[in-house]
Amino acid sequence: MSEDAGKAYWFATLKLIAGVLFVWFIVSYGFGILFAQSLNSIKLGGYPMGFWWAQQGSMYVFVALIFIYAKLMGNLDKKFDVHEE
Amino acid sequence: MSLQATIYLVVGLTFALYIGIAIWARAGSTSEFYVAGSGVHPVLNGMATGADWMSAASFISMAGLIAGMGYGGGLFLMGWTGGYVLLAMLLAPYLRKFGKFTVPQFVGDRYYSKGASSVAVICLIIASTTYIIGQMTGVGVAFSRFLGVSNHVGIFVGMGIVFMYAVFGGMKGITYTQVAQYCVLIIAYTIPAIFISMALTGNPLPQLGLGGDFVGTDMTLLAKVDQVAMDLGFPQYTTSTRISTLNMFVYTFSLMIGTAGLPHVIIRFFTVPKVKDARASAGWALVFIAILYTTAPGVAAMAKLNLHATVNKAVKGGGDLFAAENSIMYDERPDWMKRWEVTGLLKFEDKNGDGRIQYYNDKNPPAGAVAAGWAGNELSVNRDIIVLANPEIARLPNWVIALVAAGGLAAALSTAAGLLLAISSAISHDLLKDMWMPDLSEKGELLAGKIAMACSIVVAGYLGLNPPDFAAGTVAIAFGLAASSIFPALMMGIFNKKMNKEGAICGMLAGIGFTMLYVFAHKGLFFIKGTEFLGLFGGKANFFLGIEPNAIGGIGALVNFAVAYVVSKVTPDPPEHIQHLVESVRIPRGAKAVDGSHIH
Repeated sequence: MSEDAGKAYWFATLKLIAGVLFVWFIVSYGFGILFAQSLNSIKLGGYPMGFWWAQQGSMYVFVALIFIYAKLMGNLDKKFDVHEE
Repeated sequence: MSLQATIYLVVGLTFALYIGIAIWARAGSTSEFYVAGSGVHPVLNGMATGADWMSAASFISMAGLIAGMGYGGGLFLMGWTGGYVLLAMLLAPYLRKFGKFTVPQFVGDRYYSKGASSVAVICLIIASTTYIIGQMTGVGVAFSRFLGVSNHVGIFVGMGIVFMYAVFGGMKGITYTQVAQYCVLIIAYTIPAIFISMALTGNPLPQLGLGGDFVGTDMTLLAKVDQVAMDLGFPQYTTSTRISTLNMFVYTFSLMIGTAGLPHVIIRFFTVPKVKDARASAGWALVFIAILYTTAPGVAAMAKLNLHATVNKAVKGGGDLFAAENSIMYDERPDWMKRWEVTGLLKFEDKNGDGRIQYYNDKNPPAGAVAAGWAGNELSVNRDIIVLANPEIARLPNWVIALVAAGGLAAALSTAAGLLLAISSAISHDLLKDMWMPDLSEKGELLAGKIAMACSIVVAGYLGLNPPDFAAGTVAIAFGLAASSIFPALMMGIFNKKMNKEGAICGMLAGIGFTMLYVFAHKGLFFIKGTEFLGLFGGKANFFLGIEPNAIGGIGALVNFAVAYVVSKVTPDPPEHIQHLVESVRIPRGAKAVDGSHIH
C-alpha cells in the first residue's frame, strides 16, 4: 500500500481509538468516580446512579465497546484494503 | 452425607473432570499446548481466557473486599474489566501481527536490544511473583477451610499442590480443560448468588436484585445495607469512596493498565489465528469475565447484610440493634462460624464479658453501642473468607457449599500454576538460554525451569504466611508493578515509531523503581515484615498525594512514559528498519503464523 494510504489508515485507526477511549473514560472515571456523588441523587431502580456506574454500568459498556471497536476496525481494514485474506 | 464428605466428593469430581479432559484433549496435538486456542471457536477461547484470568483474587477475595469497602470497591470491578478495552485496542492486534510468543521477545526485537529484553524479563518476574503471593494467600484460605486446618497449614499444603499442579503442567494451556474450569468456576460463583438474591430480594438475578427491594419491605436492598452499616458505625455503603476520589481514580487506572501488561493475559492474544480474532477474542473474554464481575457486587452487599443479620437478630427482625438479647450468644453461634474459627480467619473475643457477639465499628462507635455498654468490636472476619463462607452464612444446601469450595480451588490453582509456568519459562528460556548460557541443553533448560518454579513457590508461600494485604490487595500491587513497567514499553513500541531502546529501558527502570520504592516503604523490603522504611519519607502512610501503595502503579506508569519520552528525545532515533517494522505491525494484512524462534 502507498505511504499516503498507510498514513490515512493509521489516522483513521487513531481516531476510532480516541472515540472509544472517550466513552471508556466517561463511563468509568467520569460517571463511576468523578461525578459519582452527584449522580447518586438520581435513582436507577434501587441503585443510586453513581454507584450503579461504578459497580455495574461501566462493565456493560466495556463489553459493548470492544465489540463495536472490533466491528468498526474490521470495516476500516476493508475500506483501506488491508484486511487479512 | 456430611458437609465435609460432600466437599471432598465435589472437589474430587471436578478434578477428575479436568484430568479426564486433559487426557482426552492431549491426544489431539502437542502444538495445541503452545498455540492455545488456534482452531478453537472464539467463544470457547474467551471462556478459557476467563478461567486463566480469574484467580483467587477475583473469585475468593474480591467480593469480600467490596463488602468491606462498599462503593469504593468498584475500583476492582472497573479496573479489572476496563483493562480489556485497552488490551483489545492498544496491544492485542498489534502484538498478534508481530507474531512472537512472549512479551520479552517482543520487547527485545522492537527495541533491538537484549538489554531491553532482560529488563522486561526482570519486571515480569517481579510482578508475577507478587501476583503468586496473592494467590498463595487465597490458596491458604481455600485449603484451610477445605481440610479444616489452620491458615498456615493450609498454605503449606497449597504450596505442595500448586507445585505438583504446575510441574506436571497438564492442566495448563489446554483450552478445553480451561473451558471446563471456567464452567465450574462460574457455576460455583453464580448459584449461591442466585439463591441469596432470591431470598433477600425475590429476584433471582443478583445484578437486578441488588437494585431491588429488600424482601417484605418497601425499602431498597441497598438502602437497607446503608442503614445497617451506618447504624453500626460503618461508613454508608453506597457512597464510601476508597480513601479519596484521587486515590480511587489512580487505583482504577493502575489496575486497568496492569491488566493490559500482565504476561499470562497478553500471551493468549499472541496466539489467536488472525489479527481480526485478537480484537474480538478480547471481547469474548470480557463477556465471560463480566458474568462473574457483575455478580460480585450483589454477592458483596448481600453477604454483608447476611453476616450482620447472623450475629444481630434486629437486622432482619427489626427492633433495637443494641438491645442485649438481639446480639446472639457465642454458645449459640451457627456451625459455619465454628468451622471458620478452626482456620484462625474468624475470631471472637468477648470484650464486655456478656457471652454475646457484638459486631460493629468501634473506631466510630454509634451512641447506642456506648449506651448499651459494648466494649469494642468482638468479631473479626478476614475479608478473604467472605465468598467461601457466603453459602454457609446464607444456610444454603451442602452441595452448594461444596461447589463453591471446588470453584475457589480451581480458580486459585489454575492461575497460580499458569503464573509459575510463565516465571519458569522467563527464567529458563528468556534469561538463561537467550542471554547468559546460549548452549544450555533442552534438558538443562527444563531443569532450570523447575528449580525456578520451586523457588518461586517457596518465596511466595513464605511471604503468603504474612501477606502484605488481602489476596486481591496483593494482586493489585502486582498489577501496579506490571502497569508501571510493561504496559508503557509495549504501548510506546507500537504507537511511537521514534521510541528507542534507551528510552524504553530507562522508562521501565524508572517506572518499576518508583513503584517498588513506594510499595516497599509501606509494606517492607520485598514484603518482609519489619523492613518498612516509611521513616525515610516522613513516616506518614500514603505520603504521595494521599495515594495508597496498592494504587501507586498508576503514577509509576506516568513516570515511565515521561522518562522514556525525555530520554528518547536526547538519544539517537531507532534504526530505519525498526521504524519500518513498527509501520508493518500497524497493518493487519500479512500476519503470519506465530513463530517461537528469535531474531537476535
